[in-house]
Amino acid sequence: MSGALAAIFAPGFFDSQPVAVAASVGAVVAVVCGTVGVFTVIRGQSFAGEALGDIGTMGGSGAFLVSVGPLWGFGAAAVAAAGVMELVGIQRPRGRDLATGIVLGAGLGLAALFLYLDTVYHNTSGATFTIIFGSMFAIPSSAIPLVVCFSVVALGLMLAVFRPLLLSSISPELAGARGIPVRLIGATYLLALALAVALAAFTIGTILSLALLVGPAATALRLTRSPGKAVVAAALIGIATTWIGLVLAYDSYDWPPAGASWPVSFFVVTLIFAGYLLAGLPRRRRLRRSATASGPAGVS
Amino acid sequence: MSDGRSVTPILSVDGVGAVFDGRAVLTDVSFAIEPGEFTGLIGSNGAGKTTLFRVILGLQAAVGGSVLLAGAPRSRREPLIGYVPQKFQLDPDAPLRTRDLVGLGLDAHRYGIALPSRARRARIDRMLDAVDARAFADARIGTLSGGEQQRVLIAHALIAAPKLLLLDEPLANLDLRSGNEVVALLARIASEQQIAVLISAHDMNPLLGVMDRIVYLAAGRAASGTSEEVVRTSVLSALYGHHVDVLRVHGRVLVVAGEAGELADSRDLAHTHRQVEIVA
Repeated sequence: MSGALAAIFAPGFFDSQPVAVAASVGAVVAVVCGTVGVFTVIRGQSFAGEALGDIGTMGGSGAFLVSVGPLWGFGAAAVAAAGVMELVGIQRPRGRDLATGIVLGAGLGLAALFLYLDTVYHNTSGATFTIIFGSMFAIPSSAIPLVVCFSVVALGLMLAVFRPLLLSSISPELAGARGIPVRLIGATYLLALALAVALAAFTIGTILSLALLVGPAATALRLTRSPGKAVVAAALIGIATTWIGLVLAYDSYDWPPAGASWPVSFFVVTLIFAGYLLAGLPRRRRLRRSATASGPAGVS
Repeated sequence: MSDGRSVTPILSVDGVGAVFDGRAVLTDVSFAIEPGEFTGLIGSNGAGKTTLFRVILGLQAAVGGSVLLAGAPRSRREPLIGYVPQKFQLDPDAPLRTRDLVGLGLDAHRYGIALPSRARRARIDRMLDAVDARAFADARIGTLSGGEQQRVLIAHALIAAPKLLLLDEPLANLDLRSGNEVVALLARIASEQQIAVLISAHDMNPLLGVMDRIVYLAAGRAASGTSEEVVRTSVLSALYGHHVDVLRVHGRVLVVAGEAGELADSRDLAHTHRQVEIVA
C-alpha cells in the first residue's frame, strides 16, 4: 500500500513548499474558474474569455518589463480589455464577436512588442514561457494575498448577481421584463470573467487559461441538471484536475528527459480534455435510451 | 364582460406610438384592461403586437402617449406584470430544471443566492401543480416539448403573483390540442386568481370562446371592446382604413380584405375555398 502511494507521490511531494503554494493557489483559482465558467458556457462567451486571456499576455509581459508581479499585469490588462469590450458593445450579439476580435488584435500586437523587449533588455527568456504556459511550481508565496484578493472579489461579484445573471443569461427578454438591469448585470459578469481569466492565466498561462475556465464547466454541465450543482461540480473538477496535474508534473521529473519536470499546464489541460470526453460517454448512452423510451424526456 | 367602469383599469394604454426597425408600427393605440379580464390582442403578423408588449413592459420607449399600470406609471420594484415571450430557446444541455426557472420567477430580481427552504420549495411545487408541470419538475427545460415549455414559462410568470399576464403568440408554435390546453389553463387562472390576461395572436378563433375583450390592432391603431362590438365589418373597415368583410364560416371568423387588397396573411387560406385575401 505504502509502496503504491510512494509510486504515485514521489518523495518530497508533501514537504515541498512550491508544491504547497501551487496546490493552494490552484484550488482557489479552480473554484473561481468553475463558478464563472458555468456562466461563460451558458452565455456562449467563450470567445470573450479567450480574448481576455490572450490580452493578458500583453499585461503579463508588460508587468515583467516594469518588474511587478505578472498577476497584476494579467488582471489590469483583462479588466481594461473587458471595459473596452463593454464600451464597444460586447453585449449586443451582433457587435460581440467583432468588438472582441478588434480589441484582441490590438492587445496581442502590444504583447509581441513587450515579449520582445522582455527578452532583449531583461534577458528573461523564461518569461515568455511562464506568461503563455504558466509555471505553477514557480509561484512565490508572496503572490498568495493577491490571488486571494482577486478571488474574493470575483466570487463576491458572482454570488451577488447569481440570480439576475442566471435569468439574463437564459433569456435577456425575461430578465428585462422583470426589471433586471440586464446590461449592468452583464458588465458585472464581464468584470468577474476578467478576474477569473487573470487567475487562470497566472496558473496555467494565458493561452491555456480558457481551458481551465470552460473545460470543467462544460464537463459539469454534462453531469448535472441544476445551476447550483453545476457550479459546485465545475469547481471540484477544476480542483481535481489541477491537483492531479501537479502530482503528475512532480513525478515527471524522473521521466525522459530525466532531471526536468514536464509543464503542469500540459497535464492539467490534458486531464480536463479527458474528463470532458469521459463525461460525454454515459450521456450519449442516456440520450439513446431516452430516444427509444416513450415517456417525456428527462422525467426522473 | 365589463360593464361598470368604476374599477381602475389594471392596464391603460393611451395614445401610444412606437417604432420598430425605424418604422412607425404603432401611431395612436388606446385601450384599457380591467382586473381579471381575459383579453386577446389580435392583429396580423407585423401589426405591432410584440412592439406593443415591449412598450407595456418598459423594454422600449413609447413615442408619445402613456402607459399606466393600476393607475400609476410603471415601477421597477413591483412585478405587476408577468411576461411569456414568444421566442424561448434553450440548449438541452443548459443546467436549468423546470423548478429552477419557476424559482427564478419568484426572486430573479434579488441579489445574492437563493437559500433552499421548505417554504420556497412548497410554493414552487404549488405553482407547478397549477400548470400541470409537476411531472417534469426535475427535467431540464431544454428537453421539454413546446407545450410543456409554454406551461413552465406561464408558471415562471405567475409565481410572483402579478396582476397582469402578457403572452406573446403562445399558440403560434403549438399543435391544436396543446394550444387549447394552454387557453383553458389561462382562462382558469384569469378567473380564479383575478389576474388579467393579455394574449396576442394572429388568429382570434382559438380565443373566441374565452375572450372577455378583444383589442384589434391594424394600421397602427387599436379597436377595443367585446368581440361582438369589434369584429364587425364597419368597425374593422374603419380601423384598416379600407373595406374589409367579416365572415363567419362554421363558427370561425374570417376577416377578409375586399378589392383594396392589403397584403394578406396566407396562413388561413386553407380554410376558405374562395379567392379572397384573409387579413386576420
